[in-house]
Amino acid sequence: MSRFDELGLRNRRTIAWSAVPRESVDAFGATVCGAVERGWRIASLFGMPEIDDRTCLVAILANDTRGELGATSTLVGDAYPALTPACPQAHAFEREIAEQCGVVPDGHPWLKPLRRHPPDHLPPGRNAGAGVLDREAHPFYRVEGEEVHEVAVGPVHAGIIEPGHFRFQAHGERVLFLEIMLGYQHRGVERLLERLERDRGVLVAEAIAGDTVIGHAGAYCGALEALARSRKTPRGQTVRGIALELERLANHIGDLGAIAGDVAFQPAAAYLGRMRGECLNLLMALSGNRYGRGLVRPGGALFDVTPDMAGEMRDRLQRLGAELEPVLTLLFESASVQARLEGVGVVPRAACLEYGFVGPVARASELSRDVRYDHPWGIFRFAHIPVATMWAGDVFARALVRRLEIQRSLEFTIEQLGALPKGPARVDCGPLRSGELAVAMVEGWRGEIVHVVITDEQGRVRRHKVTDPSFHNWTALGLAMPGNEISDFPLCNKSFNLSYAGHDL
Amino acid sequence: MFAWLRARLAQGMRTSPFPRVGTAFPTRFRGRPVRDPARCRDACRGCAARAPSGFLTSVPDGPVELDLGACLFSPEEAGACPDGAISYSRDHRMAASTRDALVTPTGEVALARALDARARKLFRRSLRLRSVVVGSCSGCEAELVALGNVVFDMARFGIQFVASPRHADGIVVTGAVNTNMRVALEKTYAAVPAPKLVIAVGACAASGGPFAGSPEVAGGVGNILPVDLWVPGCPPHPLTMLDGLLRLLGGITA
Ligand code: SF4
Repeated sequence: MSRFDELGLRNRRTIAWSAVPRESVDAFGATVCGAVERGWRIASLFGMPEIDDRTCLVAILANDTRGELGATSTLVGDAYPALTPACPQAHAFEREIAEQCGVVPDGHPWLKPLRRHPPDHLPPGRNAGAGVLDREAHPFYRVEGEEVHEVAVGPVHAGIIEPGHFRFQAHGERVLFLEIMLGYQHRGVERLLERLERDRGVLVAEAIAGDTVIGHAGAYCGALEALARSRKTPRGQTVRGIALELERLANHIGDLGAIAGDVAFQPAAAYLGRMRGECLNLLMALSGNRYGRGLVRPGGALFDVTPDMAGEMRDRLQRLGAELEPVLTLLFESASVQARLEGVGVVPRAACLEYGFVGPVARASELSRDVRYDHPWGIFRFAHIPVATMWAGDVFARALVRRLEIQRSLEFTIEQLGALPKGPARVDCGPLRSGELAVAMVEGWRGEIVHVVITDEQGRVRRHKVTDPSFHNWTALGLAMPGNEISDFPLCNKSFNLSYAGHDL
Repeated sequence: MFAWLRARLAQGMRTSPFPRVGTAFPTRFRGRPVRDPARCRDACRGCAARAPSGFLTSVPDGPVELDLGACLFSPEEAGACPDGAISYSRDHRMAASTRDALVTPTGEVALARALDARARKLFRRSLRLRSVVVGSCSGCEAELVALGNVVFDMARFGIQFVASPRHADGIVVTGAVNTNMRVALEKTYAAVPAPKLVIAVGACAASGGPFAGSPEVAGGVGNILPVDLWVPGCPPHPLTMLDGLLRLLGGITA
């Protein structure tokens, strides 16, 4: 049996399912915890129904410095010793396993339901009621004491926001603790992806998080293409890369506008809101939909960039850059804005490492973590985008990371539109190989998106595991709030802008 | 300060002239789907099986019908007809007053009617809405938010989103109505003072959208609340929503 790190697994490469080490429960725990201690990261950890009443736990580990992935597995019954006490990175994954598979991680310090749904990945030999986590048995964390009070917000919020519940323990205005309860957007995405043919599955993948259409569709297709050994055309990969960066631009610009709005800096909020729309309109020119739906398909991109279109898109991006720069400069150089953003909502670097935060949240705390750079795929293997990092870990740092990424994505898209490779944008993507495991990662605008697909002996999808960056990063928001004022919450929240739909699946 | 004034001048006026002037959508824009009976060999009916959604339906011996409420506006759904009889027009107008009006053989939707005189009098100049998200992907909400930006600027028509259902004249429902939000949806609706409107936005709210068939969703709001306006799309373009809202209020009649 090979070791977990000797499998040759990488982003969008497959391995035989039978090659994945099958360890004893204790050895599995030791492998995962040991790897994390040596600097690996848990990219995914999930259960898959096996025969009888057994569940197979699969861990996908990432080594960002070497650009390598590792995998290991074990078989468990209805309980196993939790990894979380030794390895906090596993905490949300283990709650998810408990809920999806009815397997109890014994000794998990906070074993509450994550999304509140009946188990949907039970092995055939378990009866349906098995292992359902009792919702009522897990009250909210509470701080006791004189003048300590509790503030409950949601699931229906004051604005046009997805549903989620926030429970603050506060002393006066000062937040002592924040617990976030999600699951209100749960739609059963993973089961759909496992059951549906790919022509419908890709439409579900595009709807995992509506602001990350290109990101999730890209990971979905990346996994299928790897399993089908589909040829990748340079042009198709480039068009997808351009679309991914347009998506990043739209969201980063929109979020900076929202942050400006939250500190009552209306002019910037209005201008940036409009410029976000311009990015969406570019995606619409390309794909027919403002969020890029219909573009990313197994085998490449369904719509090509015509030469006229490339020229026009470049012009529009250049104009956008010229309009954007003075607004961003004014925003970031206004003393009143700086004063509101600095020191608010700090996420320490150590916490990022401990809990495995990803994307701009990690980068704002001086952690150089970016799938485009660490595990490059497609066009990003040839065109490198420098990783943007800051050190303070506060709202200001997260905003600055986004600003840098806006500049770099603009440069990237303008350059790529001027140098589109020849050839078709899409080729056929054949049937999937049987008995394999593929991992596809994408650096979405919120961070690392991971899709893991395992096929059975007939080449059908046996397990499709989706991990949105928000799955990791909601914990960061919870950690960032204590010590801040309740009134800082909207601003802090905006600087993360995490996805409820992506988390809840 | 002067820098801001300079920026203000440079940014200029950006509000869309809608609805006075038609909007030019890009060539690839997928608006209201249409079926050209001349090109369709009805006998075939293969499209209903091929389309990756519930968009196309056919009953034995009946015509093929287009259900805009189930349409995800993907290229493949129109491509399900090998003869090219089904395509997306660039017409953004397709909001209707009833769910049934979204199902037609040609895609010619009877566009939304204005509310009755009394309701129009109440809501025409000031319509306050509360958004309720019930198992969506958040795409529809992103477009609801966009309605408030300087380009679409819905407030110039007296339409506004408010924080509390108590202050609202109606709710906008997005999402496939999942189990975990069902109670919250019913409670929010109950908290809105009568007379009240329900506006269903997006394929999810009409039919479950991409999540149709999942045991976690009810597949739309139609069986749960009385809906006054259906806006198809995945997500609908902001102007599709605005067109529907203004028709409801009697602001667009043509
Ligand atoms: S209709 Fe489409 S865009 Fe709207 S919430 Fe559903 S999946 Fe998302």
